[in-house]
Amino acid sequence: MIEIAGVSLALGGSRILDNVSLTVPKGGVTALVGPNGAGKSSLLSLIARLRPLQSGRITVDGLPVDTTPSRQLARIMAILRQDPGVASRLRVAELVGFGRFPHIRGRLTAKDREIIAASLEQFDLSDLALRFIDTLSGGQRQRALVAMTFCQGTDYILLDEPLNNLDMFHARNLMRTLRRIADEHGKTVLIVLHDINHAASYADRIVAMKDGTVIASGETGDIIRPDILESIFGFSMRVENIAGRLTVLHHA
Amino acid sequence: MTEVVMQRGLVRHEGRLAMMAAVAVLVGVAFMTIGLRGDLAFVLELRAVRLAAMVLVGVAVAVSTVVFQTVCANRIITPSIMGLDALYVFCQTALVFALSGFGFAGIDPRLHFLGNFTAMTSLALALFLPMLRRRFDLTLMLLTGVVLGVLFRSLTTLLARLLDPNDFAVLQGTVFASFNAVEPDLLLFAGVITVAGVAIAWRARHVLDVLALGTDTAIGLGVAWRGTAAGLLVVVAALVSASTALVGPMAFLGLLVVSLTERIVGTNRHAILLPAAALTAIIVLVGGQTVLQHALGGEGSLGIVVEFVGGIVFLAILFAGGRR
Ligand SMILES: Nc1ncnc2c1ncn2[C@@H]1O[C@H](COP(=O)(O)OP(=O)(O)OP(=O)(O)O)[C@@H](O)[C@H]1O
Ligand SMILES: [Mg+2]
Repeated sequence: MIEIAGVSLALGGSRILDNVSLTVPKGGVTALVGPNGAGKSSLLSLIARLRPLQSGRITVDGLPVDTTPSRQLARIMAILRQDPGVASRLRVAELVGFGRFPHIRGRLTAKDREIIAASLEQFDLSDLALRFIDTLSGGQRQRALVAMTFCQGTDYILLDEPLNNLDMFHARNLMRTLRRIADEHGKTVLIVLHDINHAASYADRIVAMKDGTVIASGETGDIIRPDILESIFGFSMRVENIAGRLTVLHHA
Repeated sequence: MTEVVMQRGLVRHEGRLAMMAAVAVLVGVAFMTIGLRGDLAFVLELRAVRLAAMVLVGVAVAVSTVVFQTVCANRIITPSIMGLDALYVFCQTALVFALSGFGFAGIDPRLHFLGNFTAMTSLALALFLPMLRRRFDLTLMLLTGVVLGVLFRSLTTLLARLLDPNDFAVLQGTVFASFNAVEPDLLLFAGVITVAGVAIAWRARHVLDVLALGTDTAIGLGVAWRGTAAGLLVVVAALVSASTALVGPMAFLGLLVVSLTERIVGTNRHAILLPAAALTAIIVLVGGQTVLQHALGGEGSLGIVVEFVGGIVFLAILFAGGRR
């Protein structure tokens, strides 16, 4: 369970997050949606202790993120940021292998190698395993970063817009993989999404943010409704049930 | 398949490393044996002291530069940006000013070494430690170092103007690194500090690989970034201070050595990069000194040569980087 209580954040004099309280239950996929600048990435980086907590309290699996040793947290929680640059000149397999670092700190064991190979396979990277990251396309690089996050093998996975740059095939593959690990392994996934239909299809719960506050949160079916979507995004859109799936017609 | 190829890559890096080690040994042997004349025992002892100093300084400069560049996430930066060598030069100038060239030459070398070492490490700690308590802002720290460096250099210039020509000549002898007059006593001091610093850096080699991925990724993978970065910077400062207090400042040596090394080994893995950079530094210093001593026949200062070549390499990197 991720518990967020009374979290506020001010940067450069402006209020980014305003008294956010939220509980993400253990197990399942929770989508975080909202307009640009709502504070989604800021909230995620506070949960993942990438930024110091200014006020309020955040715990992951009961561990306060501001006082628990970083390494202990890294064994239960992995984060993929919105645009992580990769500074080093690394091969794909090496990058993915860094996901094992919190568990071993050095030499990879046979089991680690298996996990790395499985992550590469999972995200269709086996053929690219020996390529240098800086020679990949945007979507290929994004998949390598997602694979590294998976490789960490944590119970909690935070993903900030992981679908960026992915083609339809790989976007669907990622969402189905998330669904599967949540169902089969009881993982807790918190994922920032802009494509509301991906959230509608794959998420158990949706949390909507706007202007630094949580303005709606609940079961997917309770959030994917025209009135609520309009209050989040500021325009009206139709919601249809197509082949048993809630579908938002937001392009029109 | 992946496994096999990666393994082969590792073997290739290790092969390069072994080759560099062989070259370093050859250069060392050449330095010790070329043109032996006169009192053999005396000459050999003199050369052994110089060789030991060059090995120590080479290793300290190479390791400190690699670690500093990784922590700062910048491959064209040298620890001298922290202003430590500017402080060193200022201290020597102030000492010559206060004691005159004659008095300066009479200072107990051990006291002199410890004084210089303490001054430089104190400055470094004053720079890093406040960052531990509040948010660690590396850029701010570096900027403070740059400003202090400029301050020390201006003060040095001011004082140097007031020196008489004899004292000024004494001062010039100390502000460029030179291996011609190394005190054997000090080798032990500098050696202990260097070995300790290098051991810490070596133990941190995997953590350094993770730090190189960027601050956020490193934290996500469980590195306590602030404490780790501050600790490593203290190690860098200790290494730089020990080598500077031993032979004088070598601002560009580290840059020259690390950029050469990266081209030779072609990997960012610190398990390879750290020893490779240390070997390159030894080869450059010992090789340079051998050439200087025998081919050019002079007692010139290796420091000046290294600064000159290092400066050119630095410009070359900047231009090459600009084109990429
Ligand atoms: N370092 C900073 N200093 C000042 N303001 C910042 C800083 N970082 C972010 N902000 C502001 O905080 C607000 C929230 O940013 P955040 O990145 O959390 O939004 P987001 O919901 O992730 O948006 P997006 O959908 O565009 O990714 C924005 O208005 C942004 O301009
Ligand atoms: Mg964002």
